[in-house]
Amino acid sequence: MILTEESVKAIKERLKQYPQRKSVILPALTIAYRQVGHLSDEIYQEISRVTKVPYVEIAEAATFYTMFPKEPRGKYLIQVCHNISCALLGADSLIGYLEEKLGIKKGETTPDNLFTLISVECLGSCATAPMMQINYDFYENLTREKVDAILEELKAKA
Amino acid sequence: MSFYSPVITNAAEVARSESLHLFRYVEDPDQYKVETFEKHGGYEAWKKVVTSMKPDQVIAEVKNSGLRGRGGAGFPTGMKWGFVPKDSPKARYLICNADESEPGTCKDRVIMERDPHAVIEGMAIGAFAIGCHRMFIYIRGEFGHCIERMEGAVKEAYTRGHLGKNVYGSGYDLDMVVHSGGGAYICGEETALLNSLEGEKGLSRIRPPFPAIAGLYASPTIVNNVETLAAVPHIINRGADWYKTMGTEKSAGSKIFSLSGHVKRPGNYEVPLGFSLKTLIYDEKYGAGIRDGKKLKAVIPGGASTPFLTPDMVDVGLDYESLQSVGSMLGSGAIIVLDEDTCIVWTIMKLIHFFRHESCGKCTPCREGTGWLEQLVTRIEHGEGRPGDIDKIDDLCGNILGRTICPLGDAAVMPIQSAIKLFRDEWQYHIDHKKCPCPNNHEFK
Repeated sequence: MILTEESVKAIKERLKQYPQRKSVILPALTIAYRQVGHLSDEIYQEISRVTKVPYVEIAEAATFYTMFPKEPRGKYLIQVCHNISCALLGADSLIGYLEEKLGIKKGETTPDNLFTLISVECLGSCATAPMMQINYDFYENLTREKVDAILEELKAKA
Repeated sequence: MSFYSPVITNAAEVARSESLHLFRYVEDPDQYKVETFEKHGGYEAWKKVVTSMKPDQVIAEVKNSGLRGRGGAGFPTGMKWGFVPKDSPKARYLICNADESEPGTCKDRVIMERDPHAVIEGMAIGAFAIGCHRMFIYIRGEFGHCIERMEGAVKEAYTRGHLGKNVYGSGYDLDMVVHSGGGAYICGEETALLNSLEGEKGLSRIRPPFPAIAGLYASPTIVNNVETLAAVPHIINRGADWYKTMGTEKSAGSKIFSLSGHVKRPGNYEVPLGFSLKTLIYDEKYGAGIRDGKKLKAVIPGGASTPFLTPDMVDVGLDYESLQSVGSMLGSGAIIVLDEDTCIVWTIMKLIHFFRHESCGKCTPCREGTGWLEQLVTRIEHGEGRPGDIDKIDDLCGNILGRTICPLGDAAVMPIQSAIKLFRDEWQYHIDHKKCPCPNNHEFK
């Protein structure tokens, strides 16, 4: 089993909340993603066994959404919003700055597996642009100075 | 880092106001706690509704208030609730749409992070009005903090007896589920949201049947936006007539506007509907004018899917009818301000990229059309446009508009059509001179 006992228990708890079991697919995928950091066919199978929802229905849903990737990512997933409000305040140059600082291109992971850099669609921080999300935390009103400090802090924590 | 978004709000002004209400306590760091919320009068409306009112009375009050959906469509809320069949033997569902993801919109997130019980209370009242005993809030998956906040608030609400079996001894049972999405803009469209909540891909459904008749699990379902529901307890407490003292005749009440882009003070501001867009952009209390001494070039007044306004058009009221009269829409109330250095084609390139990425792929005009549009617009912006490209874009837009199941196709093309109408010379310049004429110096500091 890839899923821990804790994850299985959490999925079973969620299952109780829905009148129809299929509704648990997204919550279950979220629980699995939070534990493992990516999804896989094996994980779909395990979710299917736990929830009794057919594998194919789990795979079908998982591949539609952006938050259930199959590719492993770095410990810190940096997601920079590139939509209009952030772009007006320098999202493109923020991405360039991060590429330079991390020594990778957008879409890549640093060799030490610490950082993955991607750009994403609007994250609802339009009046605090530019912004990035790292794992589940939002970092807003970004400046070069702030980005430097955030990366240093994460490196020190890792 | 802070749990809260550091976004600027006009909470202090709202607290002084006799009528504005949504942002009254959002700067109080304890407002998310149930005790603080109760101390501020929270859950009184819910208690009144469930212990002393009939569902029809609740619907009538909300109908009379003139409250309209704040998610973008502006449909009258009370009327929507009234569509739920009274004699259906099926369970009914109320869903709060917290899939906030229209570029430029960042208001629901602030309500959920800072005043989550306001959302629960509004939902509870809506649920009672339609006879629902299990309500859902669908929060976009990326909003990890909001999800945590709402889950915490729901737990507290159960503990204090605001939710659960036999609420306040009324005999009414009400449960609430916090559901998180998986990252897809389309799930903010109510029928796609229903599919997503059922564990399906987020594809929109053909209407009819409307969700009020056959929605979640084919049962009568009402989907309302976060801000809409947060206004409901205030309407119950203070009455429909009070609510109508704000706003205009057809656009009653107040609304939160998310002001972003090239203003000095971007932020979330609650003002009465009908408030002047010009004041919101230029007044020191709000946007405080355009950054770096630049001039205004254009405004997108209602989120990424609404037509542009030029500087001569910004002396307009922020309400459904006034914005319609100048060819645009109130939408979600997301005002995006562009300074004179910004290229319109570049702006459209950013917008159409979003819609191409977020098209669910169900309807051919939208799936294929947004891709073609992105290619054409990108090549024009990069100085590779060909004669006839503008007309081709216009033609494509005409073949998407009104030809898709859900409004995403319309949303993608309306800003483009208006950008061509208002700034055709600028598009032509790109093609004739094979380059973009604008500085576009959007450096981050």
